[in-house]
Amino acid sequence: MPNAVGRLTCPAANFAPVKTCAKSTDLVHAGRGPSLTTVEFEPWNDPQAKPLIHFQNVTKRFGTFTAIDDLTIDIYEKEFYALLGPSGCGKTTLMRMLAGFETPTEGKIMLAGQNIVSVPPNKRATNMMFQSYALFPHLSIWENIAFGLKREGMAKADINDRVDEMLRLTRLEQFARRKPHQISGGQRQRVALARSLAKAPKLLLLDEPLGALDKKLRQETQFELMDIQEKTGTTFVIVTHDQEEAMTVASRVAVMDHGKIIQVATPDRIYETPNSVYVADFIGDVNIIEGTTTAIGDDSYSIAWADGRAPLTANSNTPFSDGQKCHLAIRPEKVAITADEPSEAANAVQGKILDIAYLGNISTYHVELPSGVVIKAQAANTRRISRRSYTWEDTVWLSWTATAGVLLAS
Amino acid sequence: MRRFFLIAPPYAWLLLLFLAPFAIVVKISLSDYALAIPPYVPKFSWDEGIGAYLSQLDFENYIFLTEDDLYWKAYLSSFKIAAISTTLTLLVGYPIAYGMTRVPSEWRPTLMMLVILPFWTSFLIRVYAWMGILSSEGYLNQLLLWIGVIDTPLTILNTNSAVYIGIVYTYLPFMILPIYSALERLDESLIEAAEDLGCSRLTAFWLVTIPLSKTGIIAGCFLVFIPALGEFVIPSLLGGSNTLMIGKVLWEEFFSNRDWPVASAVAVILLLLLVIPIVLFQRNQQKQQEAEQ
Repeated sequence: MPNAVGRLTCPAANFAPVKTCAKSTDLVHAGRGPSLTTVEFEPWNDPQAKPLIHFQNVTKRFGTFTAIDDLTIDIYEKEFYALLGPSGCGKTTLMRMLAGFETPTEGKIMLAGQNIVSVPPNKRATNMMFQSYALFPHLSIWENIAFGLKREGMAKADINDRVDEMLRLTRLEQFARRKPHQISGGQRQRVALARSLAKAPKLLLLDEPLGALDKKLRQETQFELMDIQEKTGTTFVIVTHDQEEAMTVASRVAVMDHGKIIQVATPDRIYETPNSVYVADFIGDVNIIEGTTTAIGDDSYSIAWADGRAPLTANSNTPFSDGQKCHLAIRPEKVAITADEPSEAANAVQGKILDIAYLGNISTYHVELPSGVVIKAQAANTRRISRRSYTWEDTVWLSWTATAGVLLAS
Repeated sequence: MRRFFLIAPPYAWLLLLFLAPFAIVVKISLSDYALAIPPYVPKFSWDEGIGAYLSQLDFENYIFLTEDDLYWKAYLSSFKIAAISTTLTLLVGYPIAYGMTRVPSEWRPTLMMLVILPFWTSFLIRVYAWMGILSSEGYLNQLLLWIGVIDTPLTILNTNSAVYIGIVYTYLPFMILPIYSALERLDESLIEAAEDLGCSRLTAFWLVTIPLSKTGIIAGCFLVFIPALGEFVIPSLLGGSNTLMIGKVLWEEFFSNRDWPVASAVAVILLLLLVIPIVLFQRNQQKQQEAEQ
């Protein structure tokens, strides 16, 4: 995930659009001056940094159902923060509490040091881009974008400038006079974004912003979103159930389940070092092998698994006691597949190919071990399919290094 | 060919039950009054031929309508009564329709039923019931006297107020249903978006809810205004001698005076006056359909 760090510090040359609106000056941050040096953007590791948003022991109940369960998180300025989780995990409720459409049953929500729990949505310095886009069908694109500015009582000339700027930013200039039903889905998505950005909010909330787009457009739009987020320097909080989307756009990803945050980390750390079986399983494809640990050196453990098989070795920073139950999570792409027994692998197992999922650029092999455990291995299809080395029922060797997997406690 | 069979029945219906009778009415309106059965001349006969028949037609009756100020006053008064009643119906109907979309969805069919329920009783009986309510010894006055709000009974029956009450009551469902269907389609997130962008509840309602239910409002207003304009039963039963409505004039012309040609002319003018709002209504419907595509 190359975008995880450093992405948010953009060269000043890219940062042009906000000029007219008085309120928008606070988007220009001191740190983003003329220097072109790339500083690592990791405010969450800086104990001095003050979070823009602070959820403090927030609980939200709907009747007997607990949507958000005693949740505490910090979101920093200029972050692109993704709330990721299956449907019903509470991520939308969390976002709606930020927008002001729901009030927490317990706890505090601080925005820039102020408790905003009792502030109604129309008085908050946050704007939201709705999943359905919620464009006003009776207003033109121009009027849609100007809607929030007019409510602010901004001067006419300033509104014109600001709307034009937003239209430029989202490349919608030629559609300004059209009605929402006269433009495509992708354009509507950009109108929704422009409208929610027009008021230069401190915080922009995006509720499944790309859910209605097809895959190709979605990928393009992800980069556009990142680009716009860099240009405006606005803090973005995005709600999504699409882990690829979260990984692509976000500076940090919060994985949620049952109203709780399971892990908050940069996309690479979420992927490489998940803190639980749930996160490992939710993000991407993974093999989970159950076993018991025995320490064999510093940070190095031998894992006894599937009775009778040779133990596996894995490194882990978190200490495990001898005989402790554990899960070894290994990504399929970190498992090598060979016809012959590899000579220098820390872990090697033999099995029979059960299934091959051909995805074009890569193939995923499902290999069944004699014990019945199925391990997935991924290999790039560097040769044409007719010359594929392995096929169904072939006996192959799977191998991986001691550092390939993550050792997780049960 | 299949297309032809599909559209033939509605056109045949229209031709037989609207255009043909209307042509007859137009023909009578161009004739002269006579003491005969039917009470007008000329009557068409095949012996004299169509030329001789047409040469006897004139616009005398229409000219008469402009000479006697009763008619244009009745038209104007009908417009006024219909417009006021339509406005009142909108003011009563919109909150009801809005309220119906706010309740949990399992309640909606019941409420819808309650709105339609009065239609199960004869319209005439319901208007007579209002006479019982509104008369000076009626239930309304008894109630008000009993509460002590008034000392002497109010005169409501046989005034324009009674006509307004009757029209609002009778045509309320026609106002509620189109507005309800427009409001029900309204996406709740639009209101939230408006609030998110700085609207209070009230401005969001004014800037989003009202414009987006406009088609329903217009449809409802036409559905009330058009029949109210030619209304006859309500003004004659609930209205007084001061209540001047063209429907009543028409009825008197036809049945009391037995002047079919003038009555027909009144009807033709009424229809032409109605064509304007109907065309506007059609356009509104078309626009709505285009917007939905």
